[in-house]
Amino acid sequence: MSDVLHLKYTVCDDDFTRAGEASSDVKKRLKQLAIPPEIIRKVSIALYEGEINMVIHANGGSIDVFITEEEIKLVLADKGPGIPDINKAMEAGYSTAPDNIRTLGFGAGMGLPNMKKNSDDMQIDTTINVGTTVTMIIRL
Amino acid sequence: MNSYGNSVYLLESQCKGCTNCIKHCPTQAIRVRNGRAVITPEFCIDCGECIRICPYHAKKAKRDFIDMIRNYEYSVALPAPSLYAQVNRLEDINILLTALKRMGFDDVYEVSAAAELISEESRKYVESHKENWPLISTACPTVVRLIQVRFPNLVEHLLPLITPAELAADLAKKRASERTGIPYERIGAFFISPCPSKVTAKREPIGHEESNIDGVFAIKDIYPALISYMREVIDEPEELMIGGKIGISWGSTGGEAGGLLSDSYLAADGIENVIRVLEDLEDDKFSPDLQFIELNACNAGCVGGVLTVENPFAAKAKLANLRKYMPVSGAHSANALPYSPDWTSEVTYQPVFELGQTMKESMEKMQQIETLCEQFPGLDCGCCGAPTCKALAEDIVRGIARKEDCIHILKKYIHKLSDDISKLNGV
Repeated sequence: MSDVLHLKYTVCDDDFTRAGEASSDVKKRLKQLAIPPEIIRKVSIALYEGEINMVIHANGGSIDVFITEEEIKLVLADKGPGIPDINKAMEAGYSTAPDNIRTLGFGAGMGLPNMKKNSDDMQIDTTINVGTTVTMIIRL
Repeated sequence: MNSYGNSVYLLESQCKGCTNCIKHCPTQAIRVRNGRAVITPEFCIDCGECIRICPYHAKKAKRDFIDMIRNYEYSVALPAPSLYAQVNRLEDINILLTALKRMGFDDVYEVSAAAELISEESRKYVESHKENWPLISTACPTVVRLIQVRFPNLVEHLLPLITPAELAADLAKKRASERTGIPYERIGAFFISPCPSKVTAKREPIGHEESNIDGVFAIKDIYPALISYMREVIDEPEELMIGGKIGISWGSTGGEAGGLLSDSYLAADGIENVIRVLEDLEDDKFSPDLQFIELNACNAGCVGGVLTVENPFAAKAKLANLRKYMPVSGAHSANALPYSPDWTSEVTYQPVFELGQTMKESMEKMQQIETLCEQFPGLDCGCCGAPTCKALAEDIVRGIARKEDCIHILKKYIHKLSDDISKLNGV
């Protein structure tokens, strides 16, 4: 048996109301794994924000969660438009979300900053018109 | 592992072993084994959903019965506000309270009166504990237990005050003792409850060591006699009412929150809705200005309790009608509470759903669950006795079920077996 527990999710592009399902399931599982509550909180917030971003900006994508005894690694990959200016995207309050999404209370420009805040390490690999992969690590 | 003295139990002789209860249990605490439902006590939060759904009435609620008041020198009834909502065209609460005395109680003390004092304490607590916003109401024991077993990050948001019924029991006994000279211990206080989770809370109090409540009776048990006594006393009710609008409002959703006199609250009812709110709170989805979250496990609030008689929404409407011309709060609230109703013992997270003792062990088990789930059909048919394929996989890994409990897997085995036999015959 390997020492890495791998969970896979697909984030749908067609149904905005279903965003958050992956983070909800991951949260449930982490509770079964005797992982400290504060870690669960960080993972679920970071993942939820990431999931919402994938739906708003990139028509969905895939999420891979790798759990070891040392850390939880979240890999969120999409085939969306890419992020033209990462520094700008990381600024609190900066958002390119369309108006119809904002009326729902999203698009406050806190997604990426919240993801960074709740992870110990975050890396963004992005190519315009190809896609974005965000990797977050939360150490135990 | 902690085990609760649940109040919901199974009457085996009536259970047909169907899948209704396993499918409706919000914590997946029920399995059908050997043709009978079995409740896992540490998962059960006493919400009463299985009592509601069981078509054969095989799920029951433990409770006390009115005969027990004879064991006390003096008895006080503590009617929940939801009791008032069971009666048609009730214009004067005193009629109902007087009828309670006719049933055999020496005195009546309205829980709504104690609720008003708790409202006042809650206001102070919420105001002075901004760091724990939003505070979550703790009047519904099912909600508190749900948070204890499923929402470790939210335990710190619990409003650490005793329940109105608990406070009412103490105040009622003190008042009776002062009036009669009978010692406190020889006075019995009996809560007339809309639900089984209050029965559990009496036996295993939340946030304090021992309950002042001596017995918990079901609204539906006392209802028939109460109604007939009400007819008798309708023209000459005693002046027993001490609660007001704020207190009575606790009986349905939004009432407790309304008593905070602040607009920054959210109120939800129904166990599935409660879970959704808690999930969202866990994910930081609410405004940081939100001060209070009122949660009731039953539809429409306590008026929807499983031990009530009236339709929850009709009851809610009746309660709203009844309180229309009542004073905002009862006269008693002028008297300050002689002590603070804070919790005195710690309420902690109880990780009952963990798969193993250590993280390593839990991870191994989860991996096994994943592998098993891939082999199951994913129909969640419930024929194995577990509510979902995943729940069966968890049971197998926990060592309490077998793969062949899945009838689809069993079917495959049998097909293979018959194929093998026919091959053998062909040789």
